[in-house]
Amino acid sequence: MKSRFSWLAWRRRMVNYTTTALSLLAMAFGLFWLLWILWTTLSLGVSGLSLGLFTQMTPPPGTEGGLANAIVGSLLMVGLATLIGTPIGIFSGIYLAEFAQHGWLGEVIRFMNDVLLSAPSIIIGLFVYTVYVTYRGHFSGAAGVFALALIVIPVVVRTTENMLRLVPSSLREAAFALGAPRWHMILYVTLRASLAGVMTGLLLAVARIAGETAPLLFTALSNLHWSTNLDQPMASLPTVIFKFAMAPFDDWNRLAWAGVFLIVIAVLALNIAARTFFGRKTV
Amino acid sequence: MSSNSSSLPSEQSTRARRRSTWSDVLFHRMTQGFALLTLLLLSGIIISLLWGALPAIKHFGLSFLWQAEWNPPMNRFGALIPVYGTLVTSAVALIIAVPVSFGIAFFLTELAPGWLRKPLGIAVELLAGIPSIVYGMWGLLVFVPIFAKYIQPWLSQTIGKVPVIGELFSEPPIGVGILSAGIVLAIMIIPFIASVMRDVFEITPAILKESSYALGSTRWEVIWNVVLPYTRVGVVGGIMLGLGRALGETMAVTFLIGNINSFQGFSLFLPGNSIASALANEFTEALDEIHTSALIELGLILFLITFIVLSLSKLLLLRLAKSGGTQT
Repeated sequence: MKSRFSWLAWRRRMVNYTTTALSLLAMAFGLFWLLWILWTTLSLGVSGLSLGLFTQMTPPPGTEGGLANAIVGSLLMVGLATLIGTPIGIFSGIYLAEFAQHGWLGEVIRFMNDVLLSAPSIIIGLFVYTVYVTYRGHFSGAAGVFALALIVIPVVVRTTENMLRLVPSSLREAAFALGAPRWHMILYVTLRASLAGVMTGLLLAVARIAGETAPLLFTALSNLHWSTNLDQPMASLPTVIFKFAMAPFDDWNRLAWAGVFLIVIAVLALNIAARTFFGRKTV
Repeated sequence: MSSNSSSLPSEQSTRARRRSTWSDVLFHRMTQGFALLTLLLLSGIIISLLWGALPAIKHFGLSFLWQAEWNPPMNRFGALIPVYGTLVTSAVALIIAVPVSFGIAFFLTELAPGWLRKPLGIAVELLAGIPSIVYGMWGLLVFVPIFAKYIQPWLSQTIGKVPVIGELFSEPPIGVGILSAGIVLAIMIIPFIASVMRDVFEITPAILKESSYALGSTRWEVIWNVVLPYTRVGVVGGIMLGLGRALGETMAVTFLIGNINSFQGFSLFLPGNSIASALANEFTEALDEIHTSALIELGLILFLITFIVLSLSKLLLLRLAKSGGTQT
């Protein structure tokens, strides 16, 4: 009896040790890829950095060039998409958090928004293609802005709603008790109280669209030349990287690594900024 | 005099109230309008995809779903190859990602010392923030050469010798193919699944875990027999969320899957195609209306599959949130 008991105890301990070791291994596995990818982009990206990267246009194969048109195109499209998507997202978030906590309409919209949040981004590109590009008859930067804005909206809706819900209702009641109209209470009390969180969501949304490639392929396409005309095809960093990385030319690959480096640095900076923003004000 | 002084403020406040009700109604309707836009968007996506796919649906009928031929010059199209590639790469990704994510969530909730939890959690979330094009380019130019030289030969010499399963690892190692696409997909979805698992593990009431520890359970027994049964629904929801991501992932798969539109065997070493990468590669080059339309129909299929998977995931997570009484 005693030997059986101790064998069981030994077995339980062994199972515990093994699973603990496996769990450590899993954590190491996850970190391993992160470090490997970061190291590759840093080491290969830094060697591709130069002043010409920011001043010269994307080159034909075999010649020197930079990514200036792609960088400007990305900045323009991401900036405009954020400007368009943010107010729509914030107001929808306000509706869900302040007017539709219960009831079927709020539930349905919340559900649909969550589906949109994780829907494949290439589908968004396809949607904009069938609705806007075929209507206009050609690819354009505006279509790219449209597609990226559609990706920003659900992210902003989700974070705005979550952040507004964290505001204690005593704040709302206090504003009501002072006779404030509801819109005044929302814009000047609850939205202001959750501003840090809403900004965090916004930064994460920008980080997400900065690297999006798939929705731009059928909307903004790409452009080898300098163009800030929103009615014409427009270059962007992700689409240029896609084209240059797949090609068998060394100098194109080098430029693609430099582009990847720029995107990774921007995305990591936005992520870290979002976290410090949020960390300081509300937690 | 006394009646005058008492009526004035009340009249004023009525007017003020009326004004504020009016502006409130306006504000309410405005935010509602924006929220309805989201709803409109989703139905718009479905309708526009259906509209775009209509010529292909009419032309090929239901047989589109099981036809394996994808032949743009002959204008014969079938969805079988890309659908197969999408499902198999996602399955490979899940087989790798689920146990690893469980391990990471176990480590982050039960094992890691307090000071380590936050930085490690952030590291995992950064992995989720890296754009997929970076995974794709890194996968093609860095991972695939190493994979083809060392890992694939090793796999075919070990697991490849096992009957039946060995078939999956039987072809010559060329690097790009369904297996490498699945592995890189796994790396991409691990952070999503792991962070959902960590979040749902954390909602397990401490009193349940403490009671189990007090009865002498080991850490593994607590997580396996107490935490996991309590959060089962949420864990499945997290896995479905990862699956939804994997199914629709475009850039990484496009770089790695090889983009071959014919079926050559069941080996995972073989190149193939997925719905998303067929779209990414062919859409802007499609000349015939029927080719474009067939691609849009592929997109519609992808959207319907991910819609079902994501809806299930959402419903499961909601069910856990209700029964646990906490928000996820």
